[in-house]
Parts: sequence; structure tokens; C-alpha cells
Amino acid sequence: MQEIKREILINKAKDLLADGTVDRVLGWKAGEFDYDVTPAVFNSADEIEGDFVWNGFCGANFSKYLVKETLKGDGKVLVFLKPCDTYSFNQLLTEHRFDREKVYAVGVPCNGMVDVNKIKEETDSVVSIDFDGGNTVVHTLYDGDLSLPTEKLLSERCVNCKSKKHVAYDELLGEDGEVCDSGRFDEVARLEKMTPDERFEFWQNELSRCIRCNACRDVCPACTCEKCVFDNPESPVENKAPANSFEEKMFHIIRAFHVVGRCTDCGECSRVCPQHIPLHLLNRKFIKDIDELYGEYQAGSVLGNRAPIVDYKLDDAEPSEAVERGDENA
Amino acid sequence: MRKISLDKLNQLFSKIAETQTLYMPVDTKTGARYEKWEEGKELSDALNTVRSAKDFFFPQTENLMDFKMEGKNIEIIDTRNEAEDFVIFGVRACDVKSFEILDRVFLADPADSYYENRRNHGTIVSMACTRPVETCFCQTFDIDAASPEGDVVCHKTDDALYLEAKSDKGEALLNSLNDVTEDTDGSAVDEQVKTVHERMSRLPLASLSADAFGADKTKEFFDRPEWAELSQSCLGCGTCTFVCPTCQCYDIKDFNTGHGVKRFRCWDSCMYSNFTKMSAGQPRLTQVERFRQRFMHKLVYYPTNNDGLFSCVGCGRCLSKCPIQMNIVKVMKKLGGKSND
Repeated sequence: MQEIKREILINKAKDLLADGTVDRVLGWKAGEFDYDVTPAVFNSADEIEGDFVWNGFCGANFSKYLVKETLKGDGKVLVFLKPCDTYSFNQLLTEHRFDREKVYAVGVPCNGMVDVNKIKEETDSVVSIDFDGGNTVVHTLYDGDLSLPTEKLLSERCVNCKSKKHVAYDELLGEDGEVCDSGRFDEVARLEKMTPDERFEFWQNELSRCIRCNACRDVCPACTCEKCVFDNPESPVENKAPANSFEEKMFHIIRAFHVVGRCTDCGECSRVCPQHIPLHLLNRKFIKDIDELYGEYQAGSVLGNRAPIVDYKLDDAEPSEAVERGDENA
Repeated sequence: MRKISLDKLNQLFSKIAETQTLYMPVDTKTGARYEKWEEGKELSDALNTVRSAKDFFFPQTENLMDFKMEGKNIEIIDTRNEAEDFVIFGVRACDVKSFEILDRVFLADPADSYYENRRNHGTIVSMACTRPVETCFCQTFDIDAASPEGDVVCHKTDDALYLEAKSDKGEALLNSLNDVTEDTDGSAVDEQVKTVHERMSRLPLASLSADAFGADKTKEFFDRPEWAELSQSCLGCGTCTFVCPTCQCYDIKDFNTGHGVKRFRCWDSCMYSNFTKMSAGQPRLTQVERFRQRFMHKLVYYPTNNDGLFSCVGCGRCLSKCPIQMNIVKVMKKLGGKSND
């Protein structure tokens, strides 16, 4: 399903290892069933030849791994970045979270990634998967081989892709794309139109499933605090499980506030949530509000950009405007 | 063995619910979960619930006790209120086995009275699997998905539900249902068990073996260099531990209410950086050690302390839920889970 073939990526990786540009490669490693791809560091051409994959299941955003990876050794690490990943990459650099000199970034065009949960809505078992043109062929245990249009299986963040353009790279494989005109705020607009009670019920229902595994926070490229307030025994909000439904909401809402202006809308939070909570909608609400109150702003699009929330301009929105907007929505 | 046709299932459920609280897996748009049965709720056919059945005996959060302070007096208030009997209907073989694993921890002397209390009040009605999937590997741990354990064991065919009591509790429950069920022989069940066994033998993980692991293998596996690679992209989140039916670590914390203390217990995860944090810090300094702990516990430490019993039941939840798709199957294969072929 991806235009760029695996061979092009692994040849690039092997070349850069061979000429000493990098001494290791951050890439996607094959699993048991084609869809269970794991982020991994490859140290040799043999490892890459054996296990490196590039298919419709390479959703993991590697940008955050660079924070720890660049602290290891003196050599450079090669990282493959999809267009959306480059926004997180830029944002982390803007926040001085890793050393740019320790990274060689190769941009990879992306046609969207498949959400295996959408496949599992069609069949209960997935033994292996092939991509054939615009179709995803699923080999199952009880339903034979299913050929499903890949377009229908894309994850939400890819259906509403914000950009096929890379905003950071040392080298680009294939053609670069454009910023997309996506419908990513449509669902937020729908929620805004609800009455406060309806909206409260919507979030109550979604967040009540939270098991506080912290996967959303731990995968989030905007969450790179050395010690999260929720893990700090010295902090009054540290807790490992919510004692009541208020705490469930508090965790997610505080987290959403904390990443305002820094969240690039990469969608990793919703991808990893074991309970399928649409966490990205909280972040998108903030992004939409920033766009409307301060002018369009995309975190990570330009290196070194200051988010409107941490910047001051004379014509900034007054707090009263937010109150008025709240009244309109009430 | 007793039998009831599927179109009369509702009668069965309402009969049980007359005397006990009945829980069962129901479908939701985000997967199956256990809910209290009431008129109109239908039993899910999903292979497994998103969260395991351990919640019934070991809830994610519980208020252990309260302390009320008045002057120099401290009054201890028992906050327990679970006194009613309940039935968990439709538990799969893997989750049923997890209860034995949890029992060995919580019921060992001195027994955890909170867990014990709930265990005594609960009756387990298990449900044999018919369509095990690619993430299933219960047979690696000698669990038979087609013939689960439980107080009552159920088999669901195309037109009927077959029920067989396996304990005194189960006998009592089945006897109370005699009005809505009828006597039958087990031939339809035998046929289905055969089919499911054949299906299990064809599962992608059918040949996964745990023989390399087990009691007293700590030295063999503790310092293996592969742990670094296996754990390298672990996020340190608690997903695997929280969806796992056998993970049993918890933390206890006191909250100051201003005029007393509320003591809570909640699930904890060995994957967390603040797990078992004590005055000297957390004994496992990096994610490699935390990651190793979880799998060594399942495959070596627990068996060492429990007559060779592994503390994984092969339910496959971690296979489908880990954000980075690292799991016990990959660990076992990398470290020596040899093929039976």
C-alpha cells in the first residue's frame, strides 16, 4: 500500500551504515502476524535485511525515542520519519529535547496507516496480511481470505491526515506531498454543538473506560517531562488508579492542558489507548480554539516557532472572548 | 449434564438473577465487557472481554478502610460491604485459570480477607471457546479452551447451551435452574470439543512451548543479554499489566481527608518507574530491569514458588493491546521457547 518500497528504505539504511553516516537505525521490526510491528534499533545490515519492515502497520512515531536514543554514544542514529512524525520531531527540537547533530532524518512518504482494529471488526482472526494494490488481503482462520479496500481500514488520524508534507529531514525518499485540507475538526465541531450536559455525558462515557495505564502519556511526544506530576509521590495528584470518576477526567484534562500549543495532533494517544478512548479530540479542541482565537497555528510546522499560548501580541484575544464563546456554546 | 435452548437463555439469566447478582460479557462499540445483567442485555459471543475477569475479585481500586480521628482517638472503620452472592457467567478457560493463579497469592496464609470474601461469594460459570484466534496460546500452559474449569462449565452450540456442574457451588446453582433446563447426554458437547481441539492444533501459536522456562531457572535467564533488545522500545506504561488476568501487584496509599484517613488499594505495575518506591528509591533503575521483572515473574519466579505453575494463561490480551507490540510470546521465542514440531 505504500508507494515507497521496503527495499528503498533498507538500501538507504544499509548505505548510511556502510559509509559511517550513522551507526544504528531506528526502524520498524517484524512481528508474528504482520500487524504487530515493534519499534526497534537495528545495528547491522544483517539485522535490517532480516527484520526491518515497511508496510501499512508502521504507525509508531519515532520522534520521542530520539530523546533517549541520542543520549547513547557519540554516533548518529538514522530515523525514518513519516510526514506527521516530522512535526513532532520539529516540536521536540524546538523544546531542545534532543541533539539534532546526533540524528540523520530520512523522510518517507506515507499513504496512511491501517488500524488493525478496523480489520478485526470484519473478522475475528488475522493470521497474516498482504497489501495488493488498493486492497488489504487478510488471511483468517475461519473466514477464508478477505480482500478489503485499504481506504476503509485507515486509522482515524490518517483518514483525517493533516499533512503529507515533511517539515524536517536531512534527506527525502520519493516525492514530498502537501499540507492536507482535512476534516479533522469536524468531530470537535459536532461536540461543540452539544449542550454542556450532552458533552459531559459524552466524555463521562468515554473516560469512564480509562484504566490509567498511562500509555497515552507515555507514547506522547509532547510528554517528555523527566518526572511526570502524576508519578511523583511528592505531588498531591500522584495516583496509580482513579478512586472515582472525577479523577479519570482530571488526569486527561490536565494532560490536554499541559500539551496545549505543543501537541502536533500526531494521534499516538488514541492509537495506543487499549480502551479506544478518542483522546485526540481533547487536543484537537485546543488546537481549534487556538486557530480561532489567535490565528492558524500548527505546532511543529516551523522549527523554533513560539506557540500563541506562550507568546504575547498586542492584538491577542482577551479572556472575555473565551467567556463569550462559552456562552454561545452553552 | 443440563441443557437449555438458546432462545430461552433469557429465562435462564432471569432465574439466576432472582437470587444472585449476575454478571456477563456484553458487546459494546469498544469491545466486550462484563456488565450486570438485566432484562434486555445479551450475552456477548466475543472470544474475550477487553478487561479480564480478575476485576471481580481484585478490583482496580478499593477502599480498604477508613480512620476517623477525634482528639487522641483513632476509630477504624471497616468499609467492606460485599456480602451478596454473585455469578460470573461466560468466563473463558484462560480467565478461569487465572483465578487459581491469583488464589495462590491472595489466599496463601495469611489470606487477603478482601479477596477471599469476594471469592467465597462468587460462582464461576465458564464458557468453552469455539473460535480461538491467532493471539491465543492457552495450550502452551496446558489450558484446554474447549473444556474450561469452573463451578459450572458451559458449552454453546448453534442451538443450545449445555451446562455441567463441577463443584458443590456449581451443583447448587444448577439445581436452582432445574425448572428452565432439561437433562441431556453429552454427545453434542463431545462433538464440539473435538472440532475445537482440531482448531486449536492449527493456531499460529499452537507450537509455542514454555518448556525452557519454569521453576529454578533464575540464573539461566536473569542475565541474558537479549533483555536489552526486547525492552528497548518499551514505553513503561501499564497496559500489559492492567489487561493481564494474572498480574496481581498493588499499591496501598493513605489519603488525608482532613479529619481522618482513607486507605486505598489500587493496581500497580512493575513497568512503572515509581513501582515499589521506598526510601532508597526504586530497586529496578531502568526499563530493562522492570521489563525483565514482569516476564521473569510469569515464567520463572512464580513457577519457582508455586510448584512449577506458570503465571501466564495465554489469553493474548497483551498481544493485542501493547502500544509497541512487544509481548510474552516474543519474549519466550527470543529466550528459548522452543517449538514442539
